[in-house]
Amino acid sequence: MMSILETRGLNKHFGGLHVTADVNLVLEEGELHCLIGPNGAGKSTLFRLILGEHVPSSGAIFYAGHDITALKSFQRIRRGMSVKFQVPGIFKSLSARQNLEISLQHHLERGSLEAEVDRLIDFLHLRDVREQLAGNLSHGQKQWLEIGMAISLKPKLLLLDEPTAGMSPTETFATGEIVQTLNADGVTILAVEHDMSFVRQVARRVTVLHLGRIFAQGTIEEIVADERVAAIYLGHANA
Amino acid sequence: MTRRFPFIRLLEGPQTLGRGPLFWSIAGAVLVAAMVYPLMTDGYTVGNTVYFFTWAFMALGLCLVWGYGGSLSFGQTAFFGLSGYTYGILTLNFGAAYGFTLIALIASLVCTAVFAAVLGYFLYFGRISGVFLGIVTLSVTLVFERFMAQTAGPEWHIGVARLNGFNGMSGMPPLTLPWFGRAIALFPDIGLYYFVLILLVLSYLGLRILVNSKFGNVLVAIRENPERAEMLGYDVRKYQLVAFVIGAVLAGLSGGLYTAWGQYITPSSMSITAAALPIVWVAVGGRGDLTATLIGTLAVLAAFQALTIYGSQYALVVMGLLLVLTVLIAPEGLIVTFARFVGRMRRGPKEPA
Repeated sequence: MMSILETRGLNKHFGGLHVTADVNLVLEEGELHCLIGPNGAGKSTLFRLILGEHVPSSGAIFYAGHDITALKSFQRIRRGMSVKFQVPGIFKSLSARQNLEISLQHHLERGSLEAEVDRLIDFLHLRDVREQLAGNLSHGQKQWLEIGMAISLKPKLLLLDEPTAGMSPTETFATGEIVQTLNADGVTILAVEHDMSFVRQVARRVTVLHLGRIFAQGTIEEIVADERVAAIYLGHANA
Repeated sequence: MTRRFPFIRLLEGPQTLGRGPLFWSIAGAVLVAAMVYPLMTDGYTVGNTVYFFTWAFMALGLCLVWGYGGSLSFGQTAFFGLSGYTYGILTLNFGAAYGFTLIALIASLVCTAVFAAVLGYFLYFGRISGVFLGIVTLSVTLVFERFMAQTAGPEWHIGVARLNGFNGMSGMPPLTLPWFGRAIALFPDIGLYYFVLILLVLSYLGLRILVNSKFGNVLVAIRENPERAEMLGYDVRKYQLVAFVIGAVLAGLSGGLYTAWGQYITPSSMSITAAALPIVWVAVGGRGDLTATLIGTLAVLAAFQALTIYGSQYALVVMGLLLVLTVLIAPEGLIVTFARFVGRMRRGPKEPA
């Protein structure tokens, strides 16, 4: 298997603040990888570096073997990356259906576009609210809608930033199933998540970030058993 | 017909209010009334209506850039002035022979488009957005105004065209259409009226098609959430730049037509007052919709002119008040809010979801 994403010696400083410190993260194709860590560990910054929203202070990012460090965000998306943001990034004053149409329109013609919109609407349990304004959907539905927009691009690598934030346990479980289905279809997934029940449900490999560095890496069982990881969550360890 | 010309289907769509036979019947009736109108009134009123029409292009352009694209530009009057002055300089130098005025008008628009493309490139590719975009575009407008206002001396001339400082340029020839044999002068008012009316209808319909097209969808998506739009693989900057240039060309069309209509242009057309007025027209009707903008602009212009009888400062205060009230009571615009209300009444009470 080849790696789909690889960061090499990635660093990001904000003034004196060293938010991402020498991160070497390798994602194999087909993986379902969770990124966890206490608040301020640098998870979101790492995401933004991978997406091209931040420029790294040093280091490089490789996607499917190509150096993409200099590419703009939209160029990375066109190469097969996709993202679902933490705060649902949807088009509030457009209907759920229109949101998906806009996501799909640059690679589908009108006939197949409608069929694909319908398929996504069903997949994401949005049948009853397809004509409602996205801004009026429930929080969970907004999250699903944005997952739909992200996967409509048929990505090879999907980045999920806290996909279950603010969801009820039932919704969280349903989201876990959606994510697992996608992964089974061959999409590589990197998810930042706080909800450990979600991580246990879906993740095969887990990376723990702490103070901008990779603190631990392993299977979910190994990470849960790691006392040092428990300690940083409780605030006992400092390095 | 829609099969052979697929773009006709885009005349109605999610980005525009008004659809179906009723809407288009009313629109058709309004157009017929507008065609017959000059035959039933005096020359002064027709000329005055042309004056209102000329401003509508600038408003429609701002509606595209601001209402649909989400970037509040104060630069519309800069493009208005640039185009107006270009028309004046070209026609004063080369006269009106063989429909040259029409070429001068087109050249003014090209000039405006090039300037807007350069300015817009630095704005959007420099990722300047929100309030800063407004500040930069307003600054450009005021620099233009200040610069033109100090060109009173005889050394400021381009060819035979004196720029004339604050008094502005005047005496340029009216628009002419090249025709077999001899050019048709669109002056006095009735010829110009039909010419501007046709341009206005074409601009309105063209913009409706544009905003309901894929391009328009993406533009609205950028307004709603630029980060998400970029993360769907769209080069947000390009879409914004194209909208900005189209908006500028429409403002330029206003400037060129205004100059040809009144045969003068002064720096005060780019003053801070002038720059603020298009914002009022577009906001009051409803910046999110072309039809609302068009109706709102013409209504506000007519009301403004009626009020200036009592003094222009007084009329400006009323305009300011109108803007404040709109923002407080119906932030989407009076006409858009009203249209949504009527739409809800016609559909009846909403079923529970």
